Amino acid sequence: MTVTATRSIAVPAAKEKAHPRKPGDRPFGPLRIAAFAVLLLMAIGWLLPFLWAVATAFKTENDAASGSPTWIGESGPTADAFTAILSQGNVWLWAWNSLATSVAITAITLAISALAAYAFSRLDFRGRKWLFAVVIAGIVVPPQALIIPLFYQMLAFNLVDTYWGLILPQVVVPAMVFILKQFFDGVPIELEDAARVDGAGRFRIFWSIVLPLSRPILAAVAIFVFIGAWNNFLWPFLVINDTTLMTLPVGLQTVISAYGVQYAQVMAQAVLAALPLIAVFLVFQKQIVKGVATTGFGGQ
Amino acid sequence: MTTAPQTARATGAAPTTGATTRAIVTGSAHPRRVGSKNRREQLVSWAFLAPFMIAFVLFLVWPIIHGIYLSFTDQSLTGTGGGFVGVANYVEALSDPTMWRSMGNTLWFTVLSTVPLVLVALVMAVLVDRGIPGQWLWRLSFFMPFLLASTVISQIWVWIFNPQIGAANNILKAFGMEPIAWLQNADTNMYAIVIATVWWTVGFNFLLYLAALQNIPAQQYEAASLDGAGPWRQLWSITIPQLGPATVLIVMLQVLASLKLFDQAYQMLNGVSSDTTRSIVQYMYEAGFVGYRFGFSAAISYIFFALIVIIGVAQALVVSRRRNLR
Repeated sequence: MTVTATRSIAVPAAKEKAHPRKPGDRPFGPLRIAAFAVLLLMAIGWLLPFLWAVATAFKTENDAASGSPTWIGESGPTADAFTAILSQGNVWLWAWNSLATSVAITAITLAISALAAYAFSRLDFRGRKWLFAVVIAGIVVPPQALIIPLFYQMLAFNLVDTYWGLILPQVVVPAMVFILKQFFDGVPIELEDAARVDGAGRFRIFWSIVLPLSRPILAAVAIFVFIGAWNNFLWPFLVINDTTLMTLPVGLQTVISAYGVQYAQVMAQAVLAALPLIAVFLVFQKQIVKGVATTGFGGQ
Repeated sequence: MTTAPQTARATGAAPTTGATTRAIVTGSAHPRRVGSKNRREQLVSWAFLAPFMIAFVLFLVWPIIHGIYLSFTDQSLTGTGGGFVGVANYVEALSDPTMWRSMGNTLWFTVLSTVPLVLVALVMAVLVDRGIPGQWLWRLSFFMPFLLASTVISQIWVWIFNPQIGAANNILKAFGMEPIAWLQNADTNMYAIVIATVWWTVGFNFLLYLAALQNIPAQQYEAASLDGAGPWRQLWSITIPQLGPATVLIVMLQVLASLKLFDQAYQMLNGVSSDTTRSIVQYMYEAGFVGYRFGFSAAISYIFFALIVIIGVAQALVVSRRRNLR
């Protein structure tokens, strides 16, 4: 049996649901125009802080500190703030640390959660129900409440100020197991039975039938784990003290006091740190929106 | 039979989980005895579970247990102490005005932030759902801030709330009002943090509401429209009631998220501890990593943990009771 042939049965081609106009809405009725106006105002309100930060990042320090509410400073736009930040060696290092550890956290979380979720969804073993209940109970544990024992543990394992100390405590996300199990439950079991008759083992079935069918949910989970890891502040802030091992958010936080009053540079930093995630959003907009909608989970 | 799980756990722990599993399973071409199949299934299951369960026990279960132990000791970050002190840490925490102040700040922030984070998200979603052109722009504007790191959020808003040159005071001046030292002033710093938080995270609730709105069957609107119900009538009689379950979910998620306040409050005040914004997580951090008192900090962790559990259970009870009454 071929997986490609059955894929369309298992997962109907995902249709982007159009926003149907609700009956009673005339195309140019006064209500629609009012709604448009309100939306536009709100969108401006939501974009403004960020656009204002971008504008300031392109000012000279004098113009930025003058406080006059103009988009372009008197001396005209300049990329000085960006060059100053980027020539400050550590920024690239921090960006690399963020990327490397976020990718590692995403890969490990996805791998171990998917395997466990498959076992909970499809395999028959003793204690399955109560073990799953224990894992699900883990969802309510606020990670913030564990910082003391986790830090103590990292001290004992000699993992403070290491990549692994940063990565390992972040890979246990019970909510991901729950979400993946829900999805695996919905994959038609007939597909697996057919493969089993052909002599495929469990791992084979998992790898070549279930995983390919689960691409949308795997993508959603991966994106959210990645964003959460990239933006995490508290744990990297605690476990990393070595300047060369810091992630971008922690590194930037430590130099703010050093830059203090250099507003253009602070804003240039903020813009640079935001760029990768804005790029991720623009590329994966559909998956992110769908991921939030179907799973109801996210970072912060 | 009873040793099967342990054996599998041992093999599964090896980095070659995949290969091990396959080797175990390929025997299935032989005619199976019921017992052996069952046993194999146990082994395979544990091979699948082991990587996650080992990490789960190491980095979640064990810290919970060890944290409880630590909370009964006078362990310090510097390695000194560690003696058993009984419930002294809890007694001290519960009679500590700063702990109660932090708890109060946390609850106050939760109330202040949850209301706009639900209402504004609802308004955004209802408006966007009316099919107004520019969908990508609305989604980008409202959701993009949610993706930014707390560091970025804090830097932008510290600068907006800057007393001398910040945009917030420019707006006040435009309306002829006196400038305010937003973050430096104990009367206003919590509001500044709430405003920044609403801007930052409302997009998540907005997307949840948008998804719920798109699940309302169009026929309901069509039927109402045939009965002569106008847009307002439809909003109050169909849209809002149909959003009930989504609202319950969003409020619950939001309350639990707001109780975890730390990042933006800590960073917007640049680590300065303010009696009016110090959250319970921040007090936990200060006790453990500034005051070096791990045991005391662990006790506060469990008071925080208890708060989360109590509020979570209370929410669940209210929801199930409302369901029973219906």
